[in-house]
Amino acid sequence: MLRFIALMLLIAFPLNAGEEIVADLSQNRVGISATFDGSRILVFGAISRDAPAPDSGPMQVVISVSGPHQPVTIRRKDKRAGIIWVNSASALIDDAPSFYSVATTVPLAQAISVAGDVEYKVSIPRAISSIGTQIATGHAAEFTEALIRIRSGNGLYQVHEGAVELMSETLFRTEIDLPSNLTAGEYTARILITRDQQVVDVFETKLDIHKVGIERWLYTLAHENAMYYGLMSLFIAIAAGWMASAVFSYFKP
Amino acid sequence: MQIYLPIAEISVNAFLLLGLGGMVGILSGMFGVGGGFLMTPLLFFIGIPPAVAVATEANQIVASSFSGVLAHFKRKTVDLKMGGVLLIGGLIGAYMGIQLFNYLRSLGQVDLLVKLSYVVFLGIIGSLMFVESLNAIRRQKKTGTATIRKKHTWLHNLPFKVKFRTSGLYISVIPPFFVGVFVGVLAAIMGVGGGFVMVPAMIYLIGMPTKVVIGTSLFQIIFVTAFTTMMHATTNYTVDIVLAVLLLVGGVIGAQIGTRIGVKMKAEQLRILLALLVLAVCGKLALDLLLQPSELYSLGAGGGH
Repeated sequence: MLRFIALMLLIAFPLNAGEEIVADLSQNRVGISATFDGSRILVFGAISRDAPAPDSGPMQVVISVSGPHQPVTIRRKDKRAGIIWVNSASALIDDAPSFYSVATTVPLAQAISVAGDVEYKVSIPRAISSIGTQIATGHAAEFTEALIRIRSGNGLYQVHEGAVELMSETLFRTEIDLPSNLTAGEYTARILITRDQQVVDVFETKLDIHKVGIERWLYTLAHENAMYYGLMSLFIAIAAGWMASAVFSYFKP
Repeated sequence: MQIYLPIAEISVNAFLLLGLGGMVGILSGMFGVGGGFLMTPLLFFIGIPPAVAVATEANQIVASSFSGVLAHFKRKTVDLKMGGVLLIGGLIGAYMGIQLFNYLRSLGQVDLLVKLSYVVFLGIIGSLMFVESLNAIRRQKKTGTATIRKKHTWLHNLPFKVKFRTSGLYISVIPPFFVGVFVGVLAAIMGVGGGFVMVPAMIYLIGMPTKVVIGTSLFQIIFVTAFTTMMHATTNYTVDIVLAVLLLVGGVIGAQIGTRIGVKMKAEQLRILLALLVLAVCGKLALDLLLQPSELYSLGAGGGH
């Protein structure tokens, strides 16, 4: 059914109807170093046309940046035995972006139709795929809402309606804030332009976010050579303990 | 200055961690305790994931106990034979503790296990210490010093009797072995050295002379926490060396300051203060479990772990 709608939309409003996105990011690589404290990337671009702009509705721009998709377990605490709060019900959402930020020129509902949202997974609830969600106790929506609430609170899910600047329907730009609690991986920046809530063109580019320097070295060692990492940790601890004892016994009579 | 912790994968203020390490170090120097039972809950409060807090704290305790045991070796106040028996039990206990920890982690109940263990043990130890030191102060007012004669109980007459020369004991190895097992389980689950359980057990249950108790328990703690660190590092990948080093630096400096403050205070006053501190941490953790949390939901890594 969805594919059918999409097909009909394509026929009615063919993609690249003379309007194409040309865009880039201020940086394609973000390094998480020891002093990483969040970052900000600029998404900017222009619409190239081989004909004058069509006289249908005004153009809107929707820009999203999403992090690597991972399964997430959401647990709910319930009161047990009348006194104590214990994790009881849980749900596994098998594919949720670790980071998702969407910025638009106008409120999202005005920028894209419901069908378009379903197809392009633009809004946060659509970006989280709860198909195949295993729920032990029913109420999938409650758990998805909790996921969105918690990640929004941590700055990992963001909606910035009206944050994209669009000049003379040609130049656009927005800034996306990356918080310090990012998961490393390959991020995707996507730009959609719409007219009358229908998608006219889509542009995608990759953003590589990775740990650098000692952070990268330690993380890789901890996961790939856990034995050496553990021994190194012990060695550092024993050396530090011995040094502390030596230094302070030197100062003591 | 914010610093990104590579394993915990969060960014924390480095001075906050140094300060926490220093503060707990001062207390551990003052009271002669490892401080793990204070540090691990404090790490929970600042948002370090419990699994990382427990594993990293085990690594930090290796450092502080190693630093402490050297002084005791110089004074010859370590009973190696008794320490060996406690250690064998400790390693077995730690292995069982890790299995339990990983099993409950897969069920999503590890927070509950860790916090409940804290509430129960801090509650018991805190109250016992409080009552004991109040009585000690009262006794001191009546007479000069009170001495407790050590009695042999049925525990000491179990089979496998061994001579422990440094402690001056000829008792069965079964009680120290089980004390070791019990402390090992606690070390793995709670990210503590377990000194706060082992020291009273060594004095009251095993009947060891007080002067060898601290050195011997530190000796056992080094190896048990080293083993726990290795187990957490290889099965859960949760030892954060950057976090451990920051806590260490604050901790060793604080411990030296604390020792100097401790010398100036009376033993009974110190013990009452420590008891109140233990009860305060216990109360805070108990409230977390008993009051309705502001966010009922929590996120964890996806299944299959």
